[in-house]
Amino acid sequence: MDLFSAQEVTKTYSNFKALSEVSISVPEGTVFGLLGPNGAGKTTLIRIINQITAPDSGTIWFQGRQMKPDDIYQIGYLPEERGLYKKMKVGEQALYLGMLKGLSRRDAMRELKIWFEKFEIISWWDKKVMELSKGMQQKVQFICTVLHKPKLMIFDEPFSGFDPINAEILKEEILRMKREGATIIFSTHNMESVEELCDHIALIDKSKKILDGPTLNIREQYKSNIFDVAYKGDYAKIEQQIGHKYSILAHDETGRTNSLKIQFLNGSSSGMLIKDLVDQVEIVSFNELIPSMNEVFIKVVKQNA
Amino acid sequence: MSKIGLVLTREYTTRVRKKSFIVMTILMPALMAAMFILPSYFMSQDDTKERTIAVYDGSTILLGQLESNNYTKFKFIPEAEYLKIKDHLKTSDFYALLVIQPNLLNTNTVQLISASNIPFDLKYQIRDKIRSVIEKEKMADVIKQTNVPDLETRIAATKTSINVNTIKLGESGEAKKSSTEIGMVLGYIFGFVIYMFILLYGQMVMQGVMEEKQSRIVEVIISSVKPFELMMGKIIGIAMVGLTQLFIWIILGVAIISGARGMMPAAQHAGSAQEIIAQSAAQANAPAELDKMQDILSMMGSVNFPLIIGCFIFFFIGGYLLYSSLFAAVGSAVDAQEDAQQFMMPIMMPIILAILVMMSAIKNPEGPVAFWFSMIPFTSPVVMMARIPFGVPYWQLALSMVLLIATFVAMVWAAGKIYRTGILMYGKKASWKELGKWLTYKS
Repeated sequence: MDLFSAQEVTKTYSNFKALSEVSISVPEGTVFGLLGPNGAGKTTLIRIINQITAPDSGTIWFQGRQMKPDDIYQIGYLPEERGLYKKMKVGEQALYLGMLKGLSRRDAMRELKIWFEKFEIISWWDKKVMELSKGMQQKVQFICTVLHKPKLMIFDEPFSGFDPINAEILKEEILRMKREGATIIFSTHNMESVEELCDHIALIDKSKKILDGPTLNIREQYKSNIFDVAYKGDYAKIEQQIGHKYSILAHDETGRTNSLKIQFLNGSSSGMLIKDLVDQVEIVSFNELIPSMNEVFIKVVKQNA
Repeated sequence: MSKIGLVLTREYTTRVRKKSFIVMTILMPALMAAMFILPSYFMSQDDTKERTIAVYDGSTILLGQLESNNYTKFKFIPEAEYLKIKDHLKTSDFYALLVIQPNLLNTNTVQLISASNIPFDLKYQIRDKIRSVIEKEKMADVIKQTNVPDLETRIAATKTSINVNTIKLGESGEAKKSSTEIGMVLGYIFGFVIYMFILLYGQMVMQGVMEEKQSRIVEVIISSVKPFELMMGKIIGIAMVGLTQLFIWIILGVAIISGARGMMPAAQHAGSAQEIIAQSAAQANAPAELDKMQDILSMMGSVNFPLIIGCFIFFFIGGYLLYSSLFAAVGSAVDAQEDAQQFMMPIMMPIILAILVMMSAIKNPEGPVAFWFSMIPFTSPVVMMARIPFGVPYWQLALSMVLLIATFVAMVWAAGKIYRTGILMYGKKASWKELGKWLTYKS
């Protein structure tokens, strides 16, 4: 079931179209990657989900019905540009943000204690935010985002500003919350983490959605019949005998085994390629190359240009 | 707790606990008290230095007529000695040398020469002494020449002082003593308090909005709270900070004034001859003083305090809401303090104009300037408060209030629109045209 969906959402700022008939569906209990180049309209869509701004047309659905103002208590939002009141104490501030999300003082206090203990930051409670480093502030901010156990969490570049160790801790937490049933919308330019975390993605470019679906399917969809072959034998032989039938993208004869990247053209198949290769050399391994999200991203956005 | 309440509570508690707030709240009345009390305290401290002044009287009019008192002694010296010390004043025992030329009656001028700076007190003391001697001298001459019996007492009898008791006819026709002075003082105080409050706390609202925008916390907050609620929570929270401060000042002020009253008589005891003269003079005037006090009290009674205080609260809140919402809009539209200047000017102008108009309105509370500026909502809170102690027709009061309400509702609405767009707008230098566009944006 979809926890959240947007249908044909359009938003225009005076004469600038930020979103044009964008539809996305986020299944419950999954991580959904919202991708797109800078200025594509991601932030506008996220702001619409958070009810910071309203769409000109289109509908927003939450838990199977149209979204209501009260649904913001079920949403946690970590914006890309974030900050805290610099002169306010950490604990007080976290309490305030939690209460704004509908928690009672007592509940907020209890949850905060759990998180502060988990991250081992109890000693920060009475410090002013400006005494903390950037990374420490990010940690506090992350806690504030998830404190009220939202059903839907929206993270915009959550890992920026974190060192690798803390980024890993954060990733673990996100995956744990997903296992516990939370649904996460994740916006980032880091395609490696998309591959790692996202079950589904949608790609927005120039205010339009140009691609969406399960991450694995999309990568599958964008493969272009390229294979990575390791073999023992003579490269010249391959080139001579089957070079005209296939396109050889790269070859390397310096390793323990020789290797090459080979692509078959339309009308051929991997079976035929193997057969042709076996006749010439001894195959050690034969792998189809699936494009990385990074490659898909670049390809799709360039096509759309 | 409602969300606007949460925002308001945060704005209030973080500000009230700030060191700067506590220091200001305590220091301000102390400074004000110091401003009023210290000068009068120093004034009451007598000049106790003993000085001897050499007097060379070339005219011989004053010879032997300048009386010494406890601290200032006059010694008349002959010409020979005068010539001797003239150039060696510094090494002589004299503090100063008073030189009176033979033609004193023509020039009306004497010279007081000293190696050090001569205190004002001493200068005026000498002036008054010489004047009274000369006046007596001249009077004697006139009496001698005209030969009118008892001329001196007759002339003295022509001196008259007039009191104007202003009476204001009340609605029911009964005559009450009213006072323009009381009206002026009250009008001035109330108008000024509103002016100060709008300026100080309006700018505090702007700073607060800019802080939220610059620290980028605003996007997190408005994913929980409507921008309008955030703005109103801030405006009301800061208003309560101001009211708290005002309230503490009033209490401290009352305490200080009553405390100071207790101190005054004690300060007067250590008296010099001069002081004693002044005191006896005051005693001679005592019945008049008593009358005056009673007058003031009865005039205070004629002032319609419930009306004034009610209006004060209304215009105070109305004016503050009107301006602080504008300040909030400006704070939301800019990225940095420097950019705020161009928008501040048009907001500050009407407030400053209001305080200028108020000063003239106090002198002529019924005039056209006072009337129009007490109707225009941007100046009415200050100007109307200055008029009210003098009595304002109810229809004018009602019209001014309705206009103010309508305007602040419109301004809060418009500011809310600008604010909503502005707080999320970064890196774009907002122009007036831009702000106008934001007004038409749908949410």
